[in-house]
Amino acid sequence: MNKSNIGGPKDGHPQESVANRRNFLKTASMTSVVGVLAIAGCKKDDVVTPGVTVDLGKDDVGILNYAYALEQLEAAFYIQVIATPYAGMTDGEKTMLTEIRDHEVIHRDFFKAALAANAIGNLEVNFSSIDFTSRASVLGAAKVFEDTGVTAYNGAGKLIKDVNYLLLAGKIVSVEARHAAAIRDLLQPKSAFFAGDDVVSTNNGFDAAAKPADILAAVQPFLKTQISGANLPTA
Amino acid sequence: MNIFNILSDLEKIDADVHERLAFTSRRNMLGKLGKTAAAIAIPSLLASSFNKAYAVTPGAIDVLNFALTLEYLENDFYLMGNAAAGLIPAADKPIFAQIGKHETQHVAFLLAALGTKAVTKPAFDFTAKGAFGDVFTNYKTFAVVSHALEDTGVRAYKGQAGNLMAAEDKLILEYALQIHSVEARHASVVRRLLNTSGFVPNLKGWITLNQDSPAAVYAGEENLTQGGVNLKGLAGKSDEAISEAFDEPLTKDAVLAIAKLFIK
Repeated sequence: MNKSNIGGPKDGHPQESVANRRNFLKTASMTSVVGVLAIAGCKKDDVVTPGVTVDLGKDDVGILNYAYALEQLEAAFYIQVIATPYAGMTDGEKTMLTEIRDHEVIHRDFFKAALAANAIGNLEVNFSSIDFTSRASVLGAAKVFEDTGVTAYNGAGKLIKDVNYLLLAGKIVSVEARHAAAIRDLLQPKSAFFAGDDVVSTNNGFDAAAKPADILAAVQPFLKTQISGANLPTA
Repeated sequence: MNIFNILSDLEKIDADVHERLAFTSRRNMLGKLGKTAAAIAIPSLLASSFNKAYAVTPGAIDVLNFALTLEYLENDFYLMGNAAAGLIPAADKPIFAQIGKHETQHVAFLLAALGTKAVTKPAFDFTAKGAFGDVFTNYKTFAVVSHALEDTGVRAYKGQAGNLMAAEDKLILEYALQIHSVEARHASVVRRLLNTSGFVPNLKGWITLNQDSPAAVYAGEENLTQGGVNLKGLAGKSDEAISEAFDEPLTKDAVLAIAKLFIK
């Protein structure tokens, strides 16, 4: 990962961060992140062997795989939601949920392409706890997945070393937050629930942030594949 | 605490979670969550002495003051809008009350964080020199300005994250991200409200290409290139969907050019 230190926090001088960022943007126009990432790493099969724990890896690649894992989970969920619509799904709800599905599939495929040979395989999901025929169950699960995504990206930001990856995470997390608010708006229209006191701190108006270990423990029940974030950065 | 709510919600969905998680890992997780809760509690406790407690870089001070200027703008806008008799329909008041509450809290946090280094509040003109002359008497105008301010806020914080990567600024980076996503929640709900109210038909919670106005607020949102790669056609999805899936940043100068429209 010869690029993983670009824009890194080593120096502590924001002026240099800005300079590095400009430099990266110039570099990025000539060399794609995809290309750079594709150079390093070993080839992995797409399908994860059952019973094998998937290691997300370390450094920025590990964080990108962490995001990729969460996007795989979200994409699989919405694909199922649209494939087997719950009873009474309105046209408006179907349109909106289809759009969200498409966004999550785009996120998933983007990470897969960007990580190339460093990408983890396809994870097996376990949605046995979700009743896809029930609006309340589906939208309740959607709310949790979106809020969890926001919380995960917010907590991962400070662990990222490459300024360009931080920007990418920022570009995605606000879309997840838009999803979260929209799903919450379906659940409790015309209320404060879109950014409710249950999720946005009543002390300071902050959304949640949590570290990968906590998020992974929380989402593992929705995955048959065992994931390990043991090598992810923690600071 | 928000993280507890999310995790307990996860457990509600999956009632078997206790059984599925090995006892030891469960204990471990709870131990970690205790620390997370402590970390979340820090902002309000430390805010007053933040500046002394954290040696943030001069660059971070600049970013925080930039954010404070935008939060001043948003906060005053909602204070006036929420107080304007007959402006917001009763049914929609809970939405704007919640947004206003958050903006007041964001201002308070930034003021505490910056201490004596905080910039003073500018005098605002929310009519933008007449462009939005009926902003506090016409609900459509108010909601249009609201969504523009929120979407601008999202782009502004996003554009500054990369300037908060110094080791001593990491906590500030996390706080900025936590505000950033709240602004996105605000933007989403107001955009949906503009649609359901019939003010801007078909507007979605997310930004499609640069199909929205004011144009300056949405310039560049049509971008399809991420990480140096043009994603056109990715997963067989439309340009619209690909642009919606990624929000774009704005530079400080571009944001200030928008904000200045509202500054006397």
